[in-house]
Amino acid sequence: MDADSFQGTAPAGGTAVRLQTAEPRGQADTAPGYDPRLIEIEHFDFFYGPQQVLFDVNLTIPERHVTALIGPSGCGKTTLLRSLNRMNDLIEGAHHRGDIRIRGRSIFDPHLEVIALRKRIGMVFQKSNPFPKSIFENVVYPLRVAGVRQRAVLEEVAERSLRAAALWDEVKDRLHSSALGLSGGQQQRLCIARAIANQPEILLMDEPCSALDPVATARIEELILELKRQFTIVIVTHNMQQAARISDFTAFFYLGRLEEAGPTHKIFTSPKSKRTEDYVTGRFG
Amino acid sequence: MQGRGPWQERVRAPGEPWVWFTAVGLTVGLVMILGLLGLVLVQGLKAFWPRRVVEITLKADTSPQFRGSRVLAGERVLERRKRHPAVEVAGPSEDREWQLFLGNKDVYGQAFRFVDVADVERVRMPSGLLRLERTEYGPLLAYPVALESPGAEPLPAEHPAFLATLQQRIEEAHQRRGEIRRLEKKEIGELNRQLEKLHWRLRALERRQAGGGDVSAELAGIRQRQRELEAAYETLAARARELRAAQERDRLVCRLPTGEEHRVPVGRLLSFYAPNDLGWFGRLQVFATRLREFLTQEPREANTEGGIFPAIFGTFVMTVLMSLAVTPLGVVAALYLREYARQGWLTRAVRIAVNNLAGVPSIVFGVFGLGFFVYVLGGQVDRLFFAERLPTPTFGTGGLLWASLTLALMTVPVVIVATEEALAAVPRSTREGSLACGASQWQTIQRVVLPAAAPGILTGLILAMARGAGEVAPLMLVGVVKLAPELPINTTFPYVHLDQKFMHLGFHIYDLGFQSPDSDAAQPMVFATTLFLLALVVVLNLTAIGLRNHLRRKYASGAF
Ligand SMILES: Nc1ncnc2c1ncn2[C@@H]1O[C@H](COP(=O)(O)OP(=O)(O)O)[C@@H](O)[C@H]1O
Ligand SMILES: [Mg+2]
Repeated sequence: MDADSFQGTAPAGGTAVRLQTAEPRGQADTAPGYDPRLIEIEHFDFFYGPQQVLFDVNLTIPERHVTALIGPSGCGKTTLLRSLNRMNDLIEGAHHRGDIRIRGRSIFDPHLEVIALRKRIGMVFQKSNPFPKSIFENVVYPLRVAGVRQRAVLEEVAERSLRAAALWDEVKDRLHSSALGLSGGQQQRLCIARAIANQPEILLMDEPCSALDPVATARIEELILELKRQFTIVIVTHNMQQAARISDFTAFFYLGRLEEAGPTHKIFTSPKSKRTEDYVTGRFG
Repeated sequence: MQGRGPWQERVRAPGEPWVWFTAVGLTVGLVMILGLLGLVLVQGLKAFWPRRVVEITLKADTSPQFRGSRVLAGERVLERRKRHPAVEVAGPSEDREWQLFLGNKDVYGQAFRFVDVADVERVRMPSGLLRLERTEYGPLLAYPVALESPGAEPLPAEHPAFLATLQQRIEEAHQRRGEIRRLEKKEIGELNRQLEKLHWRLRALERRQAGGGDVSAELAGIRQRQRELEAAYETLAARARELRAAQERDRLVCRLPTGEEHRVPVGRLLSFYAPNDLGWFGRLQVFATRLREFLTQEPREANTEGGIFPAIFGTFVMTVLMSLAVTPLGVVAALYLREYARQGWLTRAVRIAVNNLAGVPSIVFGVFGLGFFVYVLGGQVDRLFFAERLPTPTFGTGGLLWASLTLALMTVPVVIVATEEALAAVPRSTREGSLACGASQWQTIQRVVLPAAAPGILTGLILAMARGAGEVAPLMLVGVVKLAPELPINTTFPYVHLDQKFMHLGFHIYDLGFQSPDSDAAQPMVFATTLFLLALVVVLNLTAIGLRNHLRRKYASGAF
């Protein structure tokens, strides 16, 4: 298996092609010996009731890199992202065809506990959703539900996660006041701290900066580059500059199909598809 | 003014009369509510304000005399047109009559009397007249003459220390009364309880003996113990008799306004004041004292005198117990309905049924409580745990527990509806955030959804309490009584007596207003009791509202 490879399908169900990456961004930061096929999405179709929103998606996502999902609104990016930790199970009438494997194991395996799956995958939502609890309790929530009780462990995790989310200095004096009193950018970073508190393998982020001002956005982007040393990050973004700045690989979706996928610099400089080119250069979207 | 341009064409927005109409509707509603509250407040507080006592001299020739006297004195309660004017007499004031509260019911036979204004020759406010509160027959209105003690010179009312001495004697009598009460209720009561226990053991042993067991040694022990207890009982009873005799020893001699002489044992007096000699501040003090006594004392004389403390306490305890029962029940039901049940026609039907349950007449809940809680559950509890007391029921009769549960059942729809709304208002994104952290659905509900919904749930509880605390009809079937000998929470083991019958302000109002033999005397008490029922509901609600605001602040931005 080639180390720096990324696989996608050509549009309209063409045969899978393997795209060599020349030099993925931030490669120096990532530890060697990563799994290039951490997540494998195969012939994945998704339906909300009768309405099909994803069509035969084939994509592999490598470990400890940032993979960006881009595409116009309504093309199914969020749907795909939420499929990875089976959040779509909650939606009445939603169903799928095809398979998603993480480390070679199907996430739809009936023997697999969905709770165990979600413990391995952190998620940051488009709109920050802190719980009506204290800052401290928000961050340690994943540990609490996993049954961790020791105060020392919780405090250590809270500090580590808040530092990783670049929020520690701002909130260290008011850890026990309500999380709902934080600003929007702080709340989103708190949600990131919460998502990484229990050391998940994968971090899913759905447009984490869409509601934030440029300063907060820059901080979160720095944070993502920092976090990818440890975590595999899949991020949905509407912002082309952001995708170019922070991602190693990019997958472009159009009307529920994976139009093109590959190393980010290739998608942005020499896309194969005309639509991809139009989209990344801002001619539609 | 310039000519009318197109802008000024229509000054009136269409439909404006309807705005006006809605405002009128609101005003009418508010006026009625405020009127009712104002009436209750004024009449309720007026019951404690000391009225002046007027002495009326009737005209010599025309009028019928009162007990052979032309003079009578009393508090003027109301003035009204005569119901049946016998003869049409000229003049506007001639066809009016006054209702007087005369007191002295033991002598006069009735405490209230109407006096024809036309018959009145002279009205004055006599000084020196006392209003004496008594343990029975209501107040005494009379002029003091002397204080008699056996083996001593009577102390005349003209003596400067007379009132102080009377006050002191009354206080001594008050202490003796407390002592008698303690002896009879606590100590003799305790002996009785022990005797009762021995009696049950005796019965159990006799059953064993009949079955062929040898229990003679134990029987002898119990009989011995019984004799000891009975001896102790005799000592206590003798002491109580002695104290009772002391209560009758000192006597107050007084002259009634009609001129008759009357003697009353000081042991039957509770307090006194001179209504016509009090200044404004003095009357305020009397007002405060009477108000305090009303709130802290037990009722006397078929509830028409004394206080309402047991009823306040009973209402409070029952409402709290009801809240403790209704909250978990309603919240759990709403959780299942909203969070777990598949949303289909069945859940919709259940929801409609729950809403309609709120419209079932409360007496129906009372009947259900009597049939199910009292007879079925209570009967079963008695058979299992209190078999030795049968056929006397313990839980198999109305009581605090069954009354609380009945009201909890009656108010549970309110809590379910409010909780469902509160749960629905918790954003989906919050739930998803929790699930994405690897929480199970129950953990999500318990740790995130319920805390966020807590203020809404409390709103439901507030509504339920307001409905439950004022309810009377079902209680009459499942445990409320006119007069309870003991509070449901007291110093006797096991301290909280869920099986006991209790008093309730709502029932107290009904009982005073419609069941009491002397409705004129009861009327101020009805208003006062209503006032404090409303006050209790308001206090309970304010507590819940305070708790809700605290929770809201806590989740909004405050400190934890
Ligand atoms: N809960 C849902 N029920 C029904 N249709 C949905 C639901 N969520 C999204 N969709 C539809 O699925 C399509 C893809 O949505 P989404 O994955 O949110 O797109 P994106 O995130 O790329 O903007 C859209 O057409 C949207 O209307
Ligand atoms: Mg989206």
